[in-house]
Amino acid sequence: MSQRRVAITGIGLVVPGAVGREAAWEMLIAGRSATRATSFFDAAPFRSRMAAECDFDPAAAGLSPQEQRRMDRAAQFAVVCAREAVADSGLDLTATDPTRTGVSIGSAVGCTTSLEREYVVVSDAGRLDVVDPAYAVPNLYDFLVPSSLAVETAWATGAQGPVAMVSTGCTSGIDAVGQGSQLITSGRADVVIAGATDAPISPVTVACFDAIHATSPSNDDPEHASRPFDLNRDGFVLGEGAAVLVLEELGRARARGAHVYAEFAGYASRANATHMTGLRPDGREMAEAIRNSLRAAGLPAQRIDYINAHGSGTRQNDVHETAAFKDSLGQRAYEVPISSIKSMVGHSLGAIGSIEIAACALAIEWSTVPPTANLTTPDPQLDLDYVPVHARKADVAAALCVGSGFGGFQSSAVLTRLEP
Amino acid sequence: MSATALREDQAVITGVGVIAPTGFGLGPHWEATLAGRSAIRRITRFDPSVYSCQLAGEAAGFSVEEHLPTRLVTQTDRMTHMALVAADLAIADAGIDLSGLDEFEAAVITANSSGGFEFGQDELQRLWTRGPRSVSAYLSIAWFYAASTGQLSIRHGLRGPCGVVATDQAGGLDAVAAAGRVLADGVRAVITGGTDASLCSWGFVTQIPGGRLSRVADPDRAYLPFDEQASGYVPGEGGAILIVERADHAADRQAAGYGVILGHAATFDPPPWSGHGPRLADAIRLALRDAGLEPGEVDAVFADAAGIPEADEIEAAALREVFGAGQVPVCAPKAMTGRLYAGAGALDIATALLAIANDTLPPTGAAIRPRADHQIDLVTGAPRRAPVGTVLVVARGHGGFNSALLLRGM
Repeated sequence: MSQRRVAITGIGLVVPGAVGREAAWEMLIAGRSATRATSFFDAAPFRSRMAAECDFDPAAAGLSPQEQRRMDRAAQFAVVCAREAVADSGLDLTATDPTRTGVSIGSAVGCTTSLEREYVVVSDAGRLDVVDPAYAVPNLYDFLVPSSLAVETAWATGAQGPVAMVSTGCTSGIDAVGQGSQLITSGRADVVIAGATDAPISPVTVACFDAIHATSPSNDDPEHASRPFDLNRDGFVLGEGAAVLVLEELGRARARGAHVYAEFAGYASRANATHMTGLRPDGREMAEAIRNSLRAAGLPAQRIDYINAHGSGTRQNDVHETAAFKDSLGQRAYEVPISSIKSMVGHSLGAIGSIEIAACALAIEWSTVPPTANLTTPDPQLDLDYVPVHARKADVAAALCVGSGFGGFQSSAVLTRLEP
Repeated sequence: MSATALREDQAVITGVGVIAPTGFGLGPHWEATLAGRSAIRRITRFDPSVYSCQLAGEAAGFSVEEHLPTRLVTQTDRMTHMALVAADLAIADAGIDLSGLDEFEAAVITANSSGGFEFGQDELQRLWTRGPRSVSAYLSIAWFYAASTGQLSIRHGLRGPCGVVATDQAGGLDAVAAAGRVLADGVRAVITGGTDASLCSWGFVTQIPGGRLSRVADPDRAYLPFDEQASGYVPGEGGAILIVERADHAADRQAAGYGVILGHAATFDPPPWSGHGPRLADAIRLALRDAGLEPGEVDAVFADAAGIPEADEIEAAALREVFGAGQVPVCAPKAMTGRLYAGAGALDIATALLAIANDTLPPTGAAIRPRADHQIDLVTGAPRRAPVGTVLVVARGHGGFNSALLLRGM
């Protein structure tokens, strides 16, 4: 069997500041930041009181009343994105063998927002140690298990092949697409609906990151609080959202004349086995992941035209990552434009990796590199080209997308433009 | 079949660690299983009096403090305690020196269905009664689904491609299958398997409204898969962790090994409202094809055994369709542990490997009389002596996940 390759033929996006692929891309290249003072709950008692929130109207996004009641917000995002991606791909799923269609969905925290809302009810705001199910919703189990996110995506697309639920923390989004692509290269599926979703803006998740000072406390200026690679960066801003892609075996996509955004050409992940939340400054394991993803893509470092960085805006991350780029790409690290869209859409935990892969595909499509917003005071320690403030026209034939997360996981994906 | 005939990158299971309601370690688990000693009883971890269901398979007497440093214990949930201790047992059982491997050639891929949930309940309560400043600094690393994989990677210095599988009850099998697949990608050894431990009151309560838990009060009659009186299931906690190695690596260090992963497949059922039937039989057929086996070459099936009449019939129908009515012995030892979610598939693999090693099929514990129309040969009452070479393990996750994995002895 000849090597099976993977084409990205459809993209669906829900991000803070924009619902839908076109609006999301417009926002990203405009350099518009969607972070703001938290509006979903009273954040007054919290250290970080900002978030990148989606103005998402489930009814307007096409979800039926039953779907709205049944699904956690993260599932709603995933389903809306999956439907957009399938429509965008032009794929007629009714004419596609459902047993050859798979799903690979990532999420860091699953249905935590619904779990917390329901916990507050069954425990009567924490007063009961032994909680009372009398007023629990009937589908409570679907919130206990993150697998319900993959279930809803499979139901929405009719997939009956392998369905995977990936939950490697903040690399979930890259890992879900990477593992989804392997379903195609290994011959287990021809089409895979792959992506990731998270809707973590609820008190318990905000408290999690407050407790370890991972999120930014710059509450007086929410719009400029997410400052990756800036000298004054002081943590990430929690976000939410989703991206779902249609991955398709390349020969099949070509045969039906599908528009191909990019080839998903390589993927690798490694772990630092050092600390659940801390990063060493040398970026060694991320560099190893990058080298292996390039090897999988059969691409030398010199051919990389754009890097979509993890760029979370924590003091540690941006140093770690800069070292990893230099270690893995050598001289090319100093030449290639690098940016972090978390400056605009915040850090949506597991979802962001898929959103960033979508951004890489769109950067290839539109020959434009989205900027790092809010990067106004360069950090002398960080000496690469982080594309500050303004988008840049650039011929992007190959893009690298990297992520780093709790647990020590480091993931890297390579997308390439498909030459006719 | 001798180990030398294996493909060099074939996945061999060389170590097994069990932390289950039936016992800790392979020996105690197998002994209790063969004796038909069910671990299902009234819940002791919280007061269940107010609930319509009050039974579970608890890993009673599991004392993590004996095994792990206090600092690690306080940073992690019971789900991760079980994974860490089971991994220690598996590594010792395999006799493998993980530090002798290239750090990027060893990895961790585990499954869980619901994260460090008890830790989550405690911290939710703190947050909602005492405010955000009382929340533990460890909440962010203890509750999330990647906790066990991350901690195992750190504890054993494994830096290869790690993974976390969360396909509900199918997760245990899917994780072990994924571990087998990364061996083709330069990895030599993987710590894999699954554990779950959401037996806190909040974790238990999430399962009650769905109506799938048995309301029968008698611990010996509550979880009776395939029985005429099947009334739902009883949840349990624990699971198993396995060491999966490339065959050439295992052979080089002269590890005996328990068995080989021959094949795996996963499918997904159509939506419940579609009017189309489930895809379990397809998963089994695809796994057989992946393994290069005919149905007649399978000596036993370890069933998902949901204990819900409709689900039992779906599984029995799939087995009839692939193997013929009553043509293959079916084991459901999980009737003694309760359903362990992501732990179940891994524990079933462990038990299946013991069945292979001992040419003995374990019973269901309670005397189950399978419904006549299921037409399955359920091993019940007493253990059954029989040559056991190749075993199919089946797991199904809520919402439509089907997973099938084939094992053979060395």
